[in-house]
Amino acid sequence: MKLRFYLSLLMDYFKNYAKTKLTYRADFWIEVLSDLSFQAANLIFILVVFQHTPTLGGWSEAEVIFVYGFFMVPFGIFGTFFNLWNFSDRYITKGEMDRVLTRPAHNWFQVTLENMDPPSLIGSLAGIAIMVSCWLKLGLPLEWWDIPVMIVLVLGAVLVYGGIYTALTAISFYSDAPTGILPLMFNIQNYGRYPVNIYNKVIRFLLTWLIPFAFVGVIPASYFLGDHGDGLSQLALLTPVVGIVFMTIGMAVWNHGVKRYRGAGS
Amino acid sequence: MASAYLDLIRIRFLMMLAYRVNYYSGIIIYAINIGAYYFLWGAIYGAQETLGGFTVSQMTTYVAVSWMARAFYFNNLDREIGNEIRDGSVAIQMIRPYNYLVVKMMQGFGEGIFRFLLFMIPGMALACLLFPVKLPSDPGIWAVYLVMLFFSFLINSQINILTGLAAFFVESSEGMMRLKRVAVDLFSGVIVPISFFPGWLEGAMRWLPFQAITYLPSSVFTGRTPAGEIGGVLGLQLLWFLILLLPIALVWRSARTRLFVQGG
Repeated sequence: MKLRFYLSLLMDYFKNYAKTKLTYRADFWIEVLSDLSFQAANLIFILVVFQHTPTLGGWSEAEVIFVYGFFMVPFGIFGTFFNLWNFSDRYITKGEMDRVLTRPAHNWFQVTLENMDPPSLIGSLAGIAIMVSCWLKLGLPLEWWDIPVMIVLVLGAVLVYGGIYTALTAISFYSDAPTGILPLMFNIQNYGRYPVNIYNKVIRFLLTWLIPFAFVGVIPASYFLGDHGDGLSQLALLTPVVGIVFMTIGMAVWNHGVKRYRGAGS
Repeated sequence: MASAYLDLIRIRFLMMLAYRVNYYSGIIIYAINIGAYYFLWGAIYGAQETLGGFTVSQMTTYVAVSWMARAFYFNNLDREIGNEIRDGSVAIQMIRPYNYLVVKMMQGFGEGIFRFLLFMIPGMALACLLFPVKLPSDPGIWAVYLVMLFFSFLINSQINILTGLAAFFVESSEGMMRLKRVAVDLFSGVIVPISFFPGWLEGAMRWLPFQAITYLPSSVFTGRTPAGEIGGVLGLQLLWFLILLLPIALVWRSARTRLFVQGG
């Protein structure tokens, strides 16, 4: 019942989004292009680097690109539903949270749906294409369970991202000027796209258990690539667990924070 | 007239100073980025001595100094100009008795001085503490590097101004600015030194202005550029600065006759 309600909300918000975007079609494509260019620059980096070395921390070119392709899928889904980079400004300072809180649907859903950004999904499609091409290049066997496992791992990775950024965005409820913590995180997540065994122990521990960006890229992807002797593939099936744990933490911080919201002065 | 421009530099510098807290996290962000690439390059080199003409230790220095140079030359002149064109305030700027583009350049320089003193220098100090960065011992290299860094700022700002002026011709330039930012980071050599590119791409890059922003000065700083070539490299930067004046002048001339204010 409740699920049906939220699905219908999702549809309506999407229709609304499509209507506004169709007004500025050229913008839409430029946005898609510039989103993809950012990913392309990172891929060019990988391609250029592998001109000079056969392996990166024991991983071949096709494997590293596969990891990157995997990363793009949850990242695109996350980007679609989590576009809250100006949350503090728009909802707290300008007080738009007032409007959201008077409605029956859960405030977090409303806020994420209001800001949804479906063009990010094109990045996910590109990621799938990259994975398929690497899969063929590496000659990996395809079992029937690989597809459902892939879906579960991708969803787990989306939850990892969602949890971390929900918690960080909720800081706006506690502090007036949360300067720079989001961009900080955005840069740290770059570490998660490469095999984490190239980093030193402290960073590896941090990326695996404290800010688990490794669970968005290299760890779940290594389920398909097999054991590299670094223990990453054994952790792969933990991805959904880590995702649920972090999403739960994120929502707890959010829900606790919303109670502190007092509305803007004017 | 000159004193008015100097005042613009001073005002922007003071304005940036008022918001300096915002930049403290920036220093950490840049250190994080340097760290990511430091480990990445370490793994790329593995047991190899030199790649693309860089030793591992030169690469560490290159990564650190390139990111910190970016901390200095980076500015949002493109966005500022684009916004002023869109909301129409550029029309007021045009009737004032100064050159709008010079004003923008001066404001960018005020920001640059702030970024140099409170972002690049402390950031570089932090990078030296965290990573095995090797600073040049020859004071001459330092002097040349500072001059080249100034040209990095000029050329990057010129590219930003050109991107900003595009708002005269397209209604939304947001995507274009993002494309430009990726292109500058990739092709200027912040992410990968130009010498790592495959031959054809490296050749193409030699004919574009981007390498003058990061690759050329950072190569001098790491001691990779032989002393005999330093003059030529500096000349190349100067040449690009002069060449880029031309499209800016052309775009500015044709743009003024077609100002179209959205909702103004």
